[in-house]
Amino acid sequence: MTASPARLTTHTNAALWPVVGMALLVITNVLFDTLRAGGPGLFGAGAFLHVSVRDGVPAGATIDVLNYGATFVILAMGMAPVIAARGVDLSVGSIMAISGAVAATMSVNGHASAVSIAAALGVAALCGLWNAILVSVLGLQPFVATLVLMVAGRGVAQMITQSHIVTFHDAAIEYIGLGRPTWLPLPVPLLLAITLFAGTALVIRRTALGLLLEAVGGNPEASRLAGVRSRLIIAGTYVFSGVCAGLAGLIAAANIKAADPFHAGQNQELAAIFAVVVGGTSLAGGRMNLLGAALGGLLMQCLITTMYARNIGSDVAPLPQALVILGVCIAGSPRARQWLRARRMPA
Amino acid sequence: MRVPFSSRHLPMLTAGAILVALLVFGGLRYDHFASLANVFNLLGDYSYVGIAGVGATFVVLSGGIDLSVGSMIAFTAVLMADLVARGWHPLSAALVCLVACTFMGAAMGWLICFFALPAFMVTLAGMFAIRAACFLVREQSVGIDHPFFAWTARHLELDLGGGAVLPMRSLLLLATVAAGVVVARSTGFGRNVYAIGGHERSARMMGVPVVATRIRVHALAGLCSSLAGLVFTMYKQSGDPTSAVGLELSVIASVVIGGTLLSGGVGSVQGTLLGVLILGVIRLLIDFQGNVNAAWTSISIGLLLLVFICLQRLIVSIGNRASQQVLPARKP
Amino acid sequence: MPDAITHARPNPHQAEASAALLAAEALIVDYPGVRALDRVDFALLAGEIHALMGENGAGKSTLVKVLSGLQRPGAGTVRLCGRVIRPASPREAQAQGISTVYQEVDVLPLMSVADNICLGRQAKRAGFIRHSEVRRRAVAALARLDITLDVTRSLGEYPIAIQQMVSIARALDIDARVLILDEPTSSLDAGEARDLFRVMRKLRDQGIGIVFVSHFLEHVYEIADRISVLRNGAKVGVWTKADLPKASLIEAMTGRVIHHAPARPATAARTDSGTTFAIEATGIGRRRSLSATNLRVRAGESVGLAGLLGSGRTELARLLFGADTPDEGGVRVNGKELVRGSVRDAIRRGVAFTPEDRKAMGLILELSVRENIVLALQARRGSLRPIAPAEQRRLATHYIEALGIKTPGAETPVGSLSGGNQQKVLLARWLATSPAVLILDEPTRGIDVGARAEIEALIESLRGQGLAIVLISSELDELVRACGRVVVLRDRRVVTELEGDLVNESTILSIIAAPASEGATP
Repeated sequence: MTASPARLTTHTNAALWPVVGMALLVITNVLFDTLRAGGPGLFGAGAFLHVSVRDGVPAGATIDVLNYGATFVILAMGMAPVIAARGVDLSVGSIMAISGAVAATMSVNGHASAVSIAAALGVAALCGLWNAILVSVLGLQPFVATLVLMVAGRGVAQMITQSHIVTFHDAAIEYIGLGRPTWLPLPVPLLLAITLFAGTALVIRRTALGLLLEAVGGNPEASRLAGVRSRLIIAGTYVFSGVCAGLAGLIAAANIKAADPFHAGQNQELAAIFAVVVGGTSLAGGRMNLLGAALGGLLMQCLITTMYARNIGSDVAPLPQALVILGVCIAGSPRARQWLRARRMPA
Repeated sequence: MRVPFSSRHLPMLTAGAILVALLVFGGLRYDHFASLANVFNLLGDYSYVGIAGVGATFVVLSGGIDLSVGSMIAFTAVLMADLVARGWHPLSAALVCLVACTFMGAAMGWLICFFALPAFMVTLAGMFAIRAACFLVREQSVGIDHPFFAWTARHLELDLGGGAVLPMRSLLLLATVAAGVVVARSTGFGRNVYAIGGHERSARMMGVPVVATRIRVHALAGLCSSLAGLVFTMYKQSGDPTSAVGLELSVIASVVIGGTLLSGGVGSVQGTLLGVLILGVIRLLIDFQGNVNAAWTSISIGLLLLVFICLQRLIVSIGNRASQQVLPARKP
Repeated sequence: MPDAITHARPNPHQAEASAALLAAEALIVDYPGVRALDRVDFALLAGEIHALMGENGAGKSTLVKVLSGLQRPGAGTVRLCGRVIRPASPREAQAQGISTVYQEVDVLPLMSVADNICLGRQAKRAGFIRHSEVRRRAVAALARLDITLDVTRSLGEYPIAIQQMVSIARALDIDARVLILDEPTSSLDAGEARDLFRVMRKLRDQGIGIVFVSHFLEHVYEIADRISVLRNGAKVGVWTKADLPKASLIEAMTGRVIHHAPARPATAARTDSGTTFAIEATGIGRRRSLSATNLRVRAGESVGLAGLLGSGRTELARLLFGADTPDEGGVRVNGKELVRGSVRDAIRRGVAFTPEDRKAMGLILELSVRENIVLALQARRGSLRPIAPAEQRRLATHYIEALGIKTPGAETPVGSLSGGNQQKVLLARWLATSPAVLILDEPTRGIDVGARAEIEALIESLRGQGLAIVLISSELDELVRACGRVVVLRDRRVVTELEGDLVNESTILSIIAAPASEGATP
């Protein structure tokens, strides 16, 4: 890996923000736990930092962050290349719903687990391809193109499940969401997330894709004049995003052992954009920060877990999410940078 | 004003043709389909979509987009229900809602202009934030019960005889559309909106106050969304924080199908009314068919939107090539 | 309200400042790193057409921006009828009576003609626009220019020449006293230009002062009363048309003195039947960009494209590279026909192109020096065959040394390098692809003298290694030194090709200056 000092610093700089955010959240929780009268204290039962062991399995708020944050990490891995290439994918939530619906329906109809899983991922890839064609071939603006699937996709998920919530009993699919390999005491979703992150990072940095992707996002016209196949690369990002959303959808369905076409994937697109943007990838395209995006995904979960701990419903979570995203966008805007520069330089 | 036929009227004429075709198709296939009563019911059922559509038309005309429509409707509904439950008079509650949403719209417009942020991102953030705020106000659906509503339902409707009645919400829709048409065509603000949407740089050079117009456009969209929310609330007699999810697609679809270019600069408010009617007729067709999954509505709206966007792009590129009126590209 | 405007043509030798309608004194405008206007004076009299001329980067557009309210000068004053004005926006300038019609005609093609003319100033009753009054005003404004058309149609349905007229009509509708036309004829054909001049003369005779910015010499000599010349941000002088023959004008613009009498233009270059040219364009052209053109370059030959701004040099280069799709003609590289409009095909066949605007179209400023250097090579190989990191570093180091690129390291973002070093990175990118044909558009613009010499030597050595070079440069001495053959373009067509002894600055300048009737097109 070409990790010369300069490059690594730029990247770790931005990836620090999610870590800082998580630290702030943990501190907030700790303060609530320790300073409130009758509170559980730092490590007492019910505290944020409390870890108990049940059936040989660790449990607690911090464990939840790792358990459930995997979905966000996976979505962020798919969203990061899309945003780096100056696009956006608003349909990941709907693709999650579709993927869960396909897997559940096929399982209930008697298909083998492997077939159901493959079908779910395949359909998700097709959804990504649909977006890719709209953006790359027809030249639609990314937000419009993916907005169509964002809303119509829910309808598709409902059609697949005949507007029911489909419960299923399939050991293999459930394993994806709830499993825990004996040789490694980590939940499967987390393992999948880590593998996906490592794999994506490897492909992006070891092949030419990283360079070409960042070039396309950084300056599409200059890239075109340098001979880069912008359209193909952009199309690829949407397909990959679709597959990631498909995987996340499987995990979500496995978690509740059912496919819920109405609620699966709700608000997930905002979470994914949040993770990527807070992690240091600009909405304007260009440099992609995969590590930051992954950490951003964990931050997202940390935020949700904090809200649960403070008895705030998850429906309210999008509010701080949206405000933070806006804040990050504002901070990255040219006007804000000018203002900062003016403050730093002597009058 | 005599206006000669030109290609920019094509999308709206196409929409009109589609509406007629759908009505004819439905009338032939099902009994009692193409009755006046049905059309009037349509107007009533979709009145809130149409009212929101008026505001959305201005946003799209200016070259922007507003994804927060559904959330503002839900927010208005929930806030209304909450305030009335606390004893407020519906009119005062309505005023609060209108002011709040107009202000939120203006705030989004300001963020877009001042920091040069993409409109979809700011209104997407707004969409999620405002919806989440709904849950802060009320976590569950709340019914509204106030004699004022019954009074308005009884007294503010138009009886056209023969069983055809235009309830208040339909009247409000027609009034809003009429106001929108007048503003778009015959006010300086309306002309400025068209100017910015068509060619923002030129408009700025010609002295149009771009920032002020943008902020006003988003404020107007907030106002219309809130008005739509009020109609919605009175119609459903409840405030539900989960209502109107995904409505923005229907609203945008109405605007686009009605002939307004997504890129801005071309279109009309009356076209959006046509678009709303088309959406309504499609829903009616699905209902009449009976055992078709309701999910088809959102799928067909999505597909229709797509078809129209592609149609628009086609018309624009043919127009460019045929007349060779491509403005000089940037000079080397 | 303006003072009484005299209808007589003013005596151009009067003291400028006192009688001037619009006068700028000692204007200074600084952009980061460069002084765009250096104590420039300019005076426009009422009832005159005053041409403003200068090469690319001379400061014309900056002066126009100051006068039209787009740019605040760092120092200096602008007076209108003797009163100091400080317009902070185009709107304010318009309110004062200064209207500008820009090169990219600023109209709203999607709105009606009437809307375009009256936007922002519509007649209203109780806040609502009176459409019939708006239409009437638009018709009247156009009538001032002797133009009649249906003002309810979209402006975009009319040709560019009409759109320009509408833009002028809008300017007049607000009682403009000063009309600034920035490159108005660059998109017009001969007939449309004549119509424009007719209108300009009519307006001038009504007492309006017109600033006419153009690089088309024939147009300037046809219509202007006086000519001001800028060079390198400073004013060189102002003359009446009669006092400034074309050769002197070009000397003033370029700073080069023409010593010899203009030589006869050379005949077309001899055709070598049987030689496969490294690159060969046959009848290549694009509507409103370039007339059908032939160009042949052999391996190991360096051909220069000379001409003023707008003559079609960059358009030709882009067509050769496939950056634009031609409407006619084609390009062959070493005998093989290139896919029209395909940059990838051109690169695959060994063509390379460094654009004039390296920041907007060449480099990706966020990415590092190394990444920018390997980009084209990597793009050619495709995503799945990455250049090994060690090899990338080697390439980067090699070119950093070979071209003398001053950078803290290979990983520095290229946006933080100076202009000259950025250009070297761009050059390195293409050299890394081992091209057969290298098209360079103003490669030494913004580069210091020392680096220039290095690049010139590099280009020469590349030519010696067998590359075919197409060189666009406004520095004629550079062109003459580097190229064995020079193709002169004017008004978007090739005027002539020069070879051998005829490749010298004076000859090139005189051909550029010659009236359109002279000069053969090969």
